[in-house]
Amino acid sequence: MEKFDAIVIGAGLAGLAAAYTLAQEGAEVLVLERGDYPGAKNVTGGRIYINPVRDLFPDLWETAPLERFISHEGVTMMARERSITVDYYGNELCEEPHQSYSILRSKFDRWMAKQAETKGAMLLGRVMVDDLIVEDGKVDGVFAGGDELRANVVIACDGVLSLTAEKAGLRQPGTAHDFAVGIKEVIEIDPALINARFNLNDDEGTARLYVGEVTKGKFGGGFLYTNKDSISLGIVVGIEDLMEGTPAVEAPTLMDEFKRRPEVSALIKDGETVEYSAHVIPEGGFNSLTNLYGDGIVVAGDAAGLALNIGFTVRGMEYALASGYYAAKAALKAKEAGSYRADTLSVYKTMLEESFVLEDFKNFKETPTVLNNPRFFTHYPELAGNLMRDIYAVPAGTKSRLYPTIKRYMTMGEMWSMFKDARKAMKI
Amino acid sequence: MNELMGLKAKLGLDVFKPAKEAHIKIKPGMERDPRLKKAVLVCPAGLYSENENGEVTLTIDGCLECGTCRLACGTEVLEWNYPEGGAGVQFRFG
Repeated sequence: MEKFDAIVIGAGLAGLAAAYTLAQEGAEVLVLERGDYPGAKNVTGGRIYINPVRDLFPDLWETAPLERFISHEGVTMMARERSITVDYYGNELCEEPHQSYSILRSKFDRWMAKQAETKGAMLLGRVMVDDLIVEDGKVDGVFAGGDELRANVVIACDGVLSLTAEKAGLRQPGTAHDFAVGIKEVIEIDPALINARFNLNDDEGTARLYVGEVTKGKFGGGFLYTNKDSISLGIVVGIEDLMEGTPAVEAPTLMDEFKRRPEVSALIKDGETVEYSAHVIPEGGFNSLTNLYGDGIVVAGDAAGLALNIGFTVRGMEYALASGYYAAKAALKAKEAGSYRADTLSVYKTMLEESFVLEDFKNFKETPTVLNNPRFFTHYPELAGNLMRDIYAVPAGTKSRLYPTIKRYMTMGEMWSMFKDARKAMKI
Repeated sequence: MNELMGLKAKLGLDVFKPAKEAHIKIKPGMERDPRLKKAVLVCPAGLYSENENGEVTLTIDGCLECGTCRLACGTEVLEWNYPEGGAGVQFRFG
């Protein structure tokens, strides 16, 4: 029976990056995908940053089916009855090569799978991996749809829950505390309307995060990305906070209330929702990463917990692509050494440590704890909103002087709390 | 079309392929387990509901396979798997 150099589970970004890299080096690689096609089970917010992975796949970016390059970075602090939006626009964001693009995964993943196939990777769709084959304590392939498929190494890229890594004993099922759920609608809308509403020229795009009332004080926020002819609109909420229920609110209701906000509804007016999706996101950072390798197996992408929220940027796809790349490099080294045992495959972790991937995760180790501060999600948006209200208000009589207006909100107690929060935030 | 759509209508926009059997099941005897009640709040597709007897029921049609219920309720309460290959939700945009 044929034995593959590697079997990759899951045709997402990590899996396809691994397959592409392995095939490029002439290795025999089989990708198993449970969806109808690559991308069928995958969801992003989303936007992808190219710079960290540009050189790992130099031939990909020229023709990749990306949506709009992000020229506008926005953040909206949302209070109950008011909001403040900052919209940053910079020359550097408009110059090539662009640092980030909005992206739709079904389109991108199908395309990337073709690139991997062109390099010689084999891809089987509609195949669910049921279990791992383990021999002499080493993973030696998979059982899938009644078939036994053998490989020297299995690269588990089966997504955020990674049942594969769980079966291999490399991770626990995970706790609600370390994960958030994203809910998204893709809303089709005339590109001319998109450009007019977001002040965009041609292919420019907007990325905007919303924080505050969107999640009713729970950890998380809203997001909006402009695609070519649609808007990706959604929310992300910490699962533990959603369970706690103060206030008890069902996840779909949060999404509806976000859409109903006048600041948002005006942006999507005359658009038509064409898809409703949801996806879980790792939020635990460095301390919640899974074991990255074992005998005959390595874990990459969301499956390994490789997503990182640092407030202003929320990233996962570059880590998926890079970890897939390094997983492939480790498999190639193992092939060279003629051993696929954990001690050989440990080079995967070393490579991740020497790359931006684990350096980022180490640098931002404290971020999940710092961001998990309810004041960011209720108190500060309300405070800033109320201050704005009073600054802009012109009453019938005399208008208050500016300094006393500000001082009304910036009490000693408030400043002390802010100082404490700022000290914690300095760990980011 | 900017009026808010019902959740059913939203799920109706998605492509689902039929599966032979339900990929997530409430384990027998766990219908009233407090851990299971969390699923009612967290499921983005609103597939869990609590009836007047305090039992939680699950309708699998419309499952987005996100995994939130598995994390919120745990595997002692739910028998949780992905649907077989080619079945379940197939995102066209993602």
